[in-house]
Amino acid sequence: MAKIKGSIVIDVDRCKGCEICMVSCPTGTIAMAREVNGKGYNYAYPANPGLCIGCANCAVVCPDGVITVYKTKV
Amino acid sequence: MKEITGIKEYIKPENLVYRKSSLLTDDIMHYCPGCGHSTTHRILAEIIEEEGIQQDTIGISPVGCSVFLYNYIDIDWQEAAHGRAPAIATAIKRLLPDKFVFTYQGDGDLAAIGTAETIHSCNRGENILIIFINNGIYGMTGGQMAPTTLPGMKSSTSPYGRDVATMGNPLKITDIVATLPGTFYVTRQSVHTPANVRRTKRVMRKAFQYQKLNRGTCFIEIVSNCPSGWKMTPVQANKWMEENMFPWYPLGDLKVPEEQQDQQPKTE
Repeated sequence: MAKIKGSIVIDVDRCKGCEICMVSCPTGTIAMAREVNGKGYNYAYPANPGLCIGCANCAVVCPDGVITVYKTKV
Repeated sequence: MKEITGIKEYIKPENLVYRKSSLLTDDIMHYCPGCGHSTTHRILAEIIEEEGIQQDTIGISPVGCSVFLYNYIDIDWQEAAHGRAPAIATAIKRLLPDKFVFTYQGDGDLAAIGTAETIHSCNRGENILIIFINNGIYGMTGGQMAPTTLPGMKSSTSPYGRDVATMGNPLKITDIVATLPGTFYVTRQSVHTPANVRRTKRVMRKAFQYQKLNRGTCFIEIVSNCPSGWKMTPVQANKWMEENMFPWYPLGDLKVPEEQQDQQPKTE
């Protein structure tokens, strides 16, 4: 059976670390980094990239348009 | 630009499902982390891009947190005096009736200083779209009490909570506007979860399309958060909003066009 897999790209410099994407992710792909970006925010990053299903929930809810989403069948 | 990517082999142009709208400029929005304003700007830019009306859209930016809105979306803008956005939108729409004209206002702008303009432009049935962001507080000036502040809600000018006996009840201006004959479509939505963002986007697209019909004012209230003003994290603020704001400001359509009442499911 074909599995749906996704991948996200996070623009670190625009992220403000509001954590709304992390809460909205149904698979727990996203976590907040311990490092900070240029503005001093703990940015979001794909901690478990293998779990991503490309549902785009994180990107749809992200206030700053930080996330780009790709989705494919493998 | 520093980027972090997931699994690189899936990142191909044909697999793209979501990217930031090209109408949003490269300026980083000045809003606090998690603010509903940024989400609303983003879906506004997406709709204008997808409908292909960038050249035909004129926005009126308000005074309030969203005062720099004209820096973020690449369309024509006019800045209004505090609360006077519907008056300016009226003038622009009457002079350029083929353009899509919308105002974008917060609760201090629309429901406090601009109440007269709002009610009269809706009562005249001006063919404009009014987007109203309601976060129950004056966010830009430091979290003072607004007309829309909930009973018992603490703000910097009501430190013991809003006392209804002396300070009055929250103003539900969307309900007032829905009773006026000039309005065509009145709805209340939010942008705090993916489902609500998608629904708000659908509603806003519909409101832009209704402008072609020339039938009256469309009014969209977006119940939003203010993490800094409420002194919470964005996630806590969204939860607080669900528990406290939504009972006062229930989501859903308040007035739908008559010919569509039958087939339109109530969005709640």
